[in-house]
Parts: sequence; C-alpha cells; structure tokens
Amino acid sequence: MHRRRFLAGAAAVSAGTFSGWARAESTAPRLLILLELRGGNDGLNTVLPADLGRYHDLRPRVALGDEAVVRLAPALTMHASLAPLQPLWDAGELAVLQGVGYPQPNLSHFRSIEIWDTASDSAQTLMQGWLTRVAALDARFGAFAADGVIVGAPDLGPLAGGARAVAVADPARFARAARLAQAEAALARGAMAHLLRVEADIVRAGAEIRPDMHFSTAFPRGPFGLAVQHAAGIAATRKVPVLRVTLGGFDTHAAQLPRQAELLRQLAEGIVALRAALVEAGLWQQTLLLTYSEFGRRPRENGTGGTDHGTASVQFACGGAVRGGLLGEPPALDRLDRDGNLPHAIDFRAVYATVLERWWQLDSPRVLGGRFAPLPLLRA
Amino acid sequence: MTASAVWHRATRRMAAGVGLVTATVVALAAQAAMAEPLDQRAARQLLTRTGFAPTPSQVAALAPLSQAKAVDRLLAGTLRQPRTPAPPWVDERIVLPRELQQMSEAEQRAYRQTLVRQSLELRGWWLREMASTPSPLTERMTLFWHNHFVSAQPKVRWPQPLYRQNLLLREHALGSFADLLHAIVRDPAMLIYLDGAANRRGQPNENLARELMELFTLGQGQYGEADVKEAARALTGHSIEPSSGAFMYRPGLHDRGRKTVLGVSGEFDGDALVDLLLRQPATARFIVDKLWREFVSPQPDPARAERIAAEFRGSGYSIAVALRALLLQPEVVSSDPAHALVKSPIDLVVGLVRQSGAELVQPAGAAVAAAAMGQNLFGAPNVRGWPGGEAWINTQTLLARKQFIDRLLAPAAATMQTAAADAAAMPQQRLMRLAAQPARVEPQAWLAAAAQVHPERPLGADELARLAASLGSVAPATPPASGTLALDALRALLLDPSYQLK
Repeated sequence: MHRRRFLAGAAAVSAGTFSGWARAESTAPRLLILLELRGGNDGLNTVLPADLGRYHDLRPRVALGDEAVVRLAPALTMHASLAPLQPLWDAGELAVLQGVGYPQPNLSHFRSIEIWDTASDSAQTLMQGWLTRVAALDARFGAFAADGVIVGAPDLGPLAGGARAVAVADPARFARAARLAQAEAALARGAMAHLLRVEADIVRAGAEIRPDMHFSTAFPRGPFGLAVQHAAGIAATRKVPVLRVTLGGFDTHAAQLPRQAELLRQLAEGIVALRAALVEAGLWQQTLLLTYSEFGRRPRENGTGGTDHGTASVQFACGGAVRGGLLGEPPALDRLDRDGNLPHAIDFRAVYATVLERWWQLDSPRVLGGRFAPLPLLRA
Repeated sequence: MTASAVWHRATRRMAAGVGLVTATVVALAAQAAMAEPLDQRAARQLLTRTGFAPTPSQVAALAPLSQAKAVDRLLAGTLRQPRTPAPPWVDERIVLPRELQQMSEAEQRAYRQTLVRQSLELRGWWLREMASTPSPLTERMTLFWHNHFVSAQPKVRWPQPLYRQNLLLREHALGSFADLLHAIVRDPAMLIYLDGAANRRGQPNENLARELMELFTLGQGQYGEADVKEAARALTGHSIEPSSGAFMYRPGLHDRGRKTVLGVSGEFDGDALVDLLLRQPATARFIVDKLWREFVSPQPDPARAERIAAEFRGSGYSIAVALRALLLQPEVVSSDPAHALVKSPIDLVVGLVRQSGAELVQPAGAAVAAAAMGQNLFGAPNVRGWPGGEAWINTQTLLARKQFIDRLLAPAAATMQTAAADAAAMPQQRLMRLAAQPARVEPQAWLAAAAQVHPERPLGADELARLAASLGSVAPATPPASGTLALDALRALLLDPSYQLK
C-alpha cells in the first residue's frame, strides 16, 4: 500500500519502471543524517574566506578577529566555536564544502528551503521532497520501519509529500502515544486516505523504532543536544535510513556575533557527540552526515550588527567513510552579484547526487531531474 | 445491520445526489439541491465548515432549510466585534526598544515575562471568543484573514498591535476586501512584521511590497522583480507613531517620484498601489481559490472559481458575496470523501469544546494545545501562513490531536494527580500542563444530549449510528461494534480518523 501511494508522485519524475533501478538491491541503503541549520547560516563567519582584506572591509563590526577563530589547517580557518571539530578533521572524516548554492538564488527563507528540500530549480515548484522521491523509487526503503525520522521540527522538509516520514519530539513518548493510533486496511479516498496512511506510519514506527541502546557518550545539554541524543538512539535501532535534525536560530539580522557563536558551538558539540555515539553503535562507517541551510548571508554587514539574507554558503560532510578535505571554492568576495551576494561553486544537487550515486548506488537523474556530477566526497 | 450500514443508509440520499454531479451538470444539480432541504448530515457539515462542530440543536434548526436558505441564515447578522472582554493591557503603551535598553537587567527580565504572559492571555482571549461566540462564521473568517495577512508574534513582539489587528480583521471579516486591503497596509502589526515601517524614500525595504503581491493579492508569477521594487517605493512613508503605536503617514519619508507597476505609471502612494492591485482580475481569483480550499473542497473548480471571482470583483470585493457563492457549491455539503476537508487544530479544539458543552476552564491552555498540533494563534510559521489541508496531519501532529482527545475524556481526578506531580516542573512543562486538560467535559451530559444514552449502556447498531452521526459528518473508518459501551464508543469515534475531517 505504501509503495502504491508513491506512484503518482514518482511518475512526475520518471515514467520508467522501478525494477533494477537501484544497482545494489541486496544491500540496504546506508544511513544519511541531515543537519539543518535553519534561518540561513552565515558561511563567511563559519569558515573564513581567503581574502581577509575584503572580508574586514565588508564587515567592520561583524568580522571575526583572531581571537574568535581557530585554524584547523593552513587553508582552513573556522569560527572558534567549531574547534571541537578538529579531531574529525585530523581523522580525515570532515569534508568542507565551500560555496554550496544554486543558480538564480531566492532570498526568501521559505522559498529557498523549499528549493533545497525538493531539489528543484530556482523557478520550478515541486511538491515532493527529494528524499520522498528516493523512497518512492527505491524498493529497499520499504524494509525500514519508516522512510525517515524528523527530530525536533514540525515540518517534514525533504521527506514531505508522501514519504513514510515520522516526526518525533521524543521517541519514548512517541512510542507511548502510538497506542492511540490504529492501522486500518480500509480503502479510502481524499483526505481520509492521507489520515489512514499517517495512522499506519505511526503504528509501524511506534512498534519498531524503540531506542534501547545505552550510550556512554555524554550528550550536550539543551534542546539540540537532546535532539542529537534522540537521533543517535533512533539511528542505533537501524530501522531508518534517513534522519533529519534541525538547529534553528541562524537568521542573524542583528547582534550576530554572540548568537552565531552559541549556535555553532551547539552544532560542533552535537556533531562530536553524534560521532561518538555512532562509533559506539558500530554505525559511524555506515553514516553520512550532511549540514544544510536555506542560504548563506550577505557579505556586507547591515546596520544592526548582523547580516541579511545571502546566497551560497559553506556546508560540512562527515562520517567514517567521508574523504576529508576542502571541496568547492573559497568565497569570491571580488565577484559579488549586483545585490552584493556570492556566486556558488557547488550546486547543492551535486551533493545530493553524491548521496544518491555513491552512498546509495542509485541513478541520480531519476530523482534530481537532471545530471549533476557527484563530488569526490567519499572514500572509494 | 452494522452501524456503518445504518450510517451509509442514512447518508445515501445525499451521496447519490452528489454522485450525479459532474463538471457538466454542476449548475443543474446545484439548482436542484438548492431547493431541497438539507438533511442532518449536510446541515452538520455546513455548520462545521462555516463555524465549529455544532450542537444537536444547531443542526436541528438548519436541517429543514434548503442549502440556499441555510447559507443566507449563516451570513445574516454576523458579529463584527468580539463579545469576550479585552485583556486588561490592550491600551497600555508599548515599551520601545530604546526604553528597554535603559532598563536594568531585572526590569528587562520582568518586561520579557510580562510579554510572555500577555501573549498567552491574547491567545486565551481569542480562544474564549471562538468557543463562546454566537457568530462562529465571524471567527472562521477572522482566522482566514489572520492566515492570509499573517503578522506573527516573534517578529511583532508586542501583543497590543496584534490585538488591534485582530479587531481590524474581524471588523472587515465579511465586509469589503478592498477596505481590508487598504487598512492592512497601514496596520501597525503588519508594518512591523513585514518591515513596512523601515521602508523609506531612498532606502526601500521590499518585504511588504513583495508579500502584498505574492501572498495578499496577485499570487506568484503574476508580477516581476521590477514591480516589487517600484511597489516598495509607493509604500514608503507608512510608519508608526511611537507613543500611541498607531499608524502615521510621514510625508518626508515618502518617495513622490513616478513609479511603474504592472505596466502602469503614476506617482503612486500606498492607496493608489492597492487600487491598482485590486483592478487585476488575478487578485479576485487568488482570493476566491483560497476561500474555496478553506470552505468548499481541496481543489477549486477553475470554471466556477473564475465565475465567482468575476462576481467578487463586480461587487466591489464584497467578501459576503464571494462567500455566499462559494457556500452554495454542492461540494460544501457533499459526503463524497474526495471533497472532505481536514479540520485545523483550532477547528478540532474549539469544536470539541463547543460540541461537548464543556466548560472552558483554561482558554490559554486550549490555545497552547492547538499550538502543539501545529497552529499557534498569532504565531504562524512564516508569512505564507499555515499551509493547511493534508499538511496539518503528520505523525507528530496527529498524535498530538489524539492525545488531546484522550486526555479530554480522561477522568478529571487522574489529570489532577498528574498536575500535582508536575508542580515543580520547568516553565515549558507548566505550559504543556496548562494545555493538558483546558476544558472540563461531562461525558454523561454529552452522551445524553448527543444520542440520548447513558455512558455505561451497551449500544445497539442504531444507537451507535446516531452517536456517530451526532459527532461528525464523515463516516467513521472503523465504526464501533454493536454492544460497545456508550463511553467507549464515544472515545473510539473521536479517536477515529473521520473525526479529523469535516
């Protein structure tokens, strides 16, 4: 029944048959964890540009001074809050993707995140999340208790529009509450069909996703630390192929410095804890963790100690199978567009293509609607 | 005969009537349906869609009328002012950011706590009005405009302008869309939310201009980026008088130059821009399509929506004219599942309170409960508002709905115990506790009023069908088996997915 409900949407992507689409039907897709930095993370103050002269000219108040940065490598200076990532970098498990964006960038939060979540062109509106399309096409997803679990945010993002996506604030509470749902075999139409699907998703997820691993990892305090802890517990059940965890608050129009420092600290500590927990669970080699954000922020600071909506930004990829290093291009502060924003060096769909082709052995154009060359982001 | 068979027998006449309706015979079928009396199910559906879940007596009053007569009755005599007394602080002067900076840290903390308390009271105030009003259609339309002209708390911050905006939306809820649009570009909450007050000659801020075209009038794809820039210039000078918080036009900040918007040039100001947008047929159609999805069915019929949009524009944007035409569509009372609408969290919470005859002991708690289901009054997630429809329902929000129903029916004593145990909880948990059982339901009285049965009584098929029919207009997915005790049947029917539909 679940397979069937995807057909309509999948047909929009491709009219081909499903059999043989995945080149490695026998192996289950490895774990993907998406870390969303909601609000538009300022890339220039996350990983500093090479052109420090221009950087300081554009940001008299908001530029980071020497005391506020940490040098992970000769060509890699980061916000000091990200210092906990040093061991990942040293282990060659952290890839820094510079200039991730897309052509004709849209500066609206909700439109731009929709573009990222649906993997659409800037001027194209798609109704399904890119991972929903994957789940529709890849029969292996059906073996999991859910196509993906959303931790700590109400929207389904890349799993919207028909996937068996489970949004969970707290897995234990979810399992307890799931008894209120019933799986119905009844045929239904319209909104009732949607309700019955969600009920069935709850029942199956409630029955199968029951985190019981006791980690010795110490998780950071606070809501994001808790979300990371829940994500690790859910991952350890090996019942889901995708997790999406959200850290919000990056829309730093005013008083950016203390705010972003705190958020990046939470991010770094969260990634480090996730790594430790997944190593414990024996999953780190089978985990690919990607950050994403609807856009970066404008290179020139605004009048209120902050930065406005921008375009391309830096993203991280980490995991036991990641090939550490720098990808893309440093921010071209000498080539800003007429709104004063950065050009992109990596189309975000090339990152998705890497996940599809290299991580899951899938044919990426069927999901992305076009060919994007995968990045050398993973060890062979 | 099973309960569902009885149910289907009871609704067959309606279903058959709607089954005839196809795109080609819509007008004829609609006319035929217009003259016939509604039945109980159709009347209940009409009342639920134009208000909240009704009581049996409200259904009984409407059922003998034709759809046209019933709609006219619903549209007559709607209130334009709230009956619930305003929170005590609505006329208090707001503390400006620069004044806040001069306060001590303790004073600032106290002020922030005051804002949190006031915004809870604001939600509670509206919730109470919705739960008790004799004019539920006013609330539905106010909520519709609240979700159209979004101005949300995190950005607006002060509850006073949000309260006043609510009065404005309610005043015009069924009046003239043109008047409402002119008023909204001067509304202080809107000017804060979309940075209209920061939009000045020489330093335009495009936020309000863009959303005015994309989300308030024309819709995406009906204008270009140059139109946004020019429209922003027209809106310069709209500002707020700091001491009163009222709208203020500052001629010195207005860009008097010539602007070209949608191919028309002139020395436009805000009002001229609004008039220009109202002259576009796309505006009427955009609003009618949105109203259609709110009241009629998930998918507007293009031909009929176009006709209603023409009527809407021709009437000088009378909202009542558009709404009347929409409410006369056969889908509004149809039992075809394809036309079913998903209840919003507010529909669910307020509907339960009204329908059960519950005492609303904690209106702010009821608002917090709706927020946990994804609809935080005065706090839409972004300027586009709540997407609604099937997007209301995901695993998390559906469970939140079911838990709310479950707790509402739980014996009060059990909840009191939980409340006592939580007394030392953190603030966030205190909020959740507030939301746990905000209304006191008497299942015995409810069952007696709805289906004339006692809670402990095992129900026969006919009684089960009567109980089910009294709760909603959509047939249950799993009707309770014959012999189920009345209280258990009530719980099962409310937890059934059909109760989430209208």
